[in-house]
Amino acid sequence: MPDAIRMRFDVDGDDFAGAGVASSEVKRALKKLGMPPDLVKRTAICMYEGEINMVIHANGGVAMAAIRPDRVEIELCDRGPGIADVELAMQEGYSTASEQARNLGFGAGMGLPNMKRYADEMTIDSRPGEGTTVRMVIRAR
Amino acid sequence: MRIGEIQKLLNARLLCGEHLLDEEIHTVCGSDLMSDVLAFANGQMLITGLINPQVIRTAEMMDIRCIVFGRDKMPDAGMIELARDRDMVLMSSKMSMFDSCGILYQHGLRGEE
Ligand SMILES: Nc1ncnc2c1ncn2[C@@H]1O[C@H](COP(=O)(O)OP(=O)(O)OP(=O)(O)O)[C@@H](O)[C@H]1O
Ligand SMILES: [Mg+2]
Repeated sequence: MPDAIRMRFDVDGDDFAGAGVASSEVKRALKKLGMPPDLVKRTAICMYEGEINMVIHANGGVAMAAIRPDRVEIELCDRGPGIADVELAMQEGYSTASEQARNLGFGAGMGLPNMKRYADEMTIDSRPGEGTTVRMVIRAR
Repeated sequence: MRIGEIQKLLNARLLCGEHLLDEEIHTVCGSDLMSDVLAFANGQMLITGLINPQVIRTAEMMDIRCIVFGRDKMPDAGMIELARDRDMVLMSSKMSMFDSCGILYQHGLRGEE
């Protein structure tokens, strides 16, 4: 038995219209595999928030998902500006989103808190000037 | 409430998803802020004044089956195509978000349970 089904996507930082394709593909794969609906939805929300963040804050990156029988592991890796103060960024309402991102319906500073809420585990590794890696684990409940 | 009934109440123009008019909706979310929809909505339907592909994507992630665009806003062909592919209903109504929400509330629909 393979230990996981792995999916990998390049997320284009210049294509706002295309943002969300990776999350959509993973959601569809989970549905097809018959994973519990609650796990599917939580994974979709977490990954989509992270994917949008990569596009609006970090000019794109790489999104990966590993699907296991009892959980999904997500890794979102970018070479954007990084997050200087992760604790601050995690606060509800904190946002540095551009005017453009706000006009598109984002930038309320709710993405990271939302991911934290829906994921069972979440870690952010970030270095200013080098990039950010967000890892999340979503378990079947 | 059936989606078809919602369409009548809001005097809305159907853009795609004609085969889903008999589906039942119980909870509705009204917002122009996608982060808000992602954070709080347990809704099955979205009323919004925002027009861009991420509205369809957000709905897809949240299992929202029906989107009503207020004030006669019209999604472009790409958005309609995406919604059709994801088996969603799209409608456009002349009404403002406030009026749409008020009418649906009056007829028994609610926000989050
Ligand atoms: N991948 C990233 N690279 C650089 N900065 C990031 C990244 N992800 C988040 N941030 C920073 O953390 C802040 C908070 O992120 P969060 O997702 O909570 O809110 P937002 O994206 O600004 O708005 P929302 O998610 O509500 O649309 C961002 O405004 C940005 O400053
Ligand atoms: Mg965000």
